[in-house]
Amino acid sequence: MSLRLYVLQRLTALVMAPLVLVHLAVIVYATRTGLSAEAILGRTEGSLFWAGFYGLFVVAAAIHGTIGLRTVLVEMTGWRGGGLDLAMLCFFLAVLVLGLRAVVIVT
Amino acid sequence: MTASALQRLAMRNHPAYWAFVVHRVSGVGLALFLPLHFLVLGLMLEPRAADAFFRWTEQPLVKLAETLLVVLLAVHLAGGLRLLALEFLPWSDRQKTWIAIAFGFALFSGLLFLLAAW
Amino acid sequence: MTTDLDVQVWRGDSAGELQRYVVPRGDKQTVLDVVTYIQRRLDPTLSYRFACRVGMCGSCAMTVNGKPRWTCRASVERVAEAGSLELRPLRNMPVIKDLAVDMTGFFEKWQEAGGRFVPTSTRHDPIAVVPPSSPARQAADAGIECINCGICHAACDVVAWDPAYQGPAALNRAWTLQNDVRDGDHGQRLRAVASGSGCLGCHSMGNCARYCPNSLNPTGSIAGLKRLAVKAALKGEL
Repeated sequence: MSLRLYVLQRLTALVMAPLVLVHLAVIVYATRTGLSAEAILGRTEGSLFWAGFYGLFVVAAAIHGTIGLRTVLVEMTGWRGGGLDLAMLCFFLAVLVLGLRAVVIVT
Repeated sequence: MTASALQRLAMRNHPAYWAFVVHRVSGVGLALFLPLHFLVLGLMLEPRAADAFFRWTEQPLVKLAETLLVVLLAVHLAGGLRLLALEFLPWSDRQKTWIAIAFGFALFSGLLFLLAAW
Repeated sequence: MTTDLDVQVWRGDSAGELQRYVVPRGDKQTVLDVVTYIQRRLDPTLSYRFACRVGMCGSCAMTVNGKPRWTCRASVERVAEAGSLELRPLRNMPVIKDLAVDMTGFFEKWQEAGGRFVPTSTRHDPIAVVPPSSPARQAADAGIECINCGICHAACDVVAWDPAYQGPAALNRAWTLQNDVRDGDHGQRLRAVASGSGCLGCHSMGNCARYCPNSLNPTGSIAGLKRLAVKAALKGEL
């Protein structure tokens, strides 16, 4: 892991800490009040706050998850080099695109 | 497994190592869950499809799996905060306490979710 | 204390196997006493390393019942669960023969991690005044009692996973030097340790601190290096 990846990993962790805490509260609240498309869209649709909140969350999680997965793969499978970097880039882009798409759909 | 292989595993039987294992397992689990989570949210394009999926999640086994996901998220959050403190604040000799608090927070979150989902 | 001790000892190089010996138990017997008994009374071809026998030199470390230990200070009574011992060479280093490992790579990592003190003055200069109470000196003091025994290196899973990882002992040494105000190589050394094969590779799993016979805390030292690395990175120095 390069110093740049290390700093990015910790920085995204710091950014996500409060986001995860709020997300946990939202999970419990949403479950308590009943999960339905109507209830979710009622909360999030047209809300700039939730768009920003979950947009930031998706970007940070995509970066954080990719770096973490890469570290685990390097250490536990010995996979290194260009192939790994390409696979990780694909994972990152997939999570990022799917995540941002989801944010756009619900807000 | 031979007795000596077990003994070599036992070298790792202490709180900081368990915290590492839990952080790694929860991290990999959450990373792999992310794309699935986003795909499901994508169902919201068609609210009826989303509601059909929500009805599917009412099954007890699915609720249990969701509880596990909540615990993974909570333990990765609390364990991650401990690591950030360990790395960026002056060393604290109370690591065992912080690890216990992290695990406790995860358990509490899981129970809270179970109660909410009941 | 009349019962015998069932001892399995690793024989050969990495492709060797365990061999069984029966050793009489003794009062205040250490694991090193057991090894010495086997070598002197039962099998003179057994190879192992020791020197001081009092926990100073760091040469007698082995894997005792799965855990890395300094054998001269490991009492049989305490470590031989169920009256048996399994003795293997230290992990993460090539086995030369029996209980002796090749520590060349281990010490090379000390050099890679900038483990050499680089003086900023000569013997003609006045002696440096370093207040013992200064935070930097206290941080250095906390890590300088290392006896180079290799136990932390053998205990660390990151070392096992990444052969290039500098390891807890070398990084702990680097941290003590980064806190030595007389040293003139802080910049170079930080560059040497601020990589995935250096301090950034550590996952704080704490095996090093748990098994260090001198109760040092390499995990804490490595965290200190991470702080220095991030600080330098944010300032654009790295």
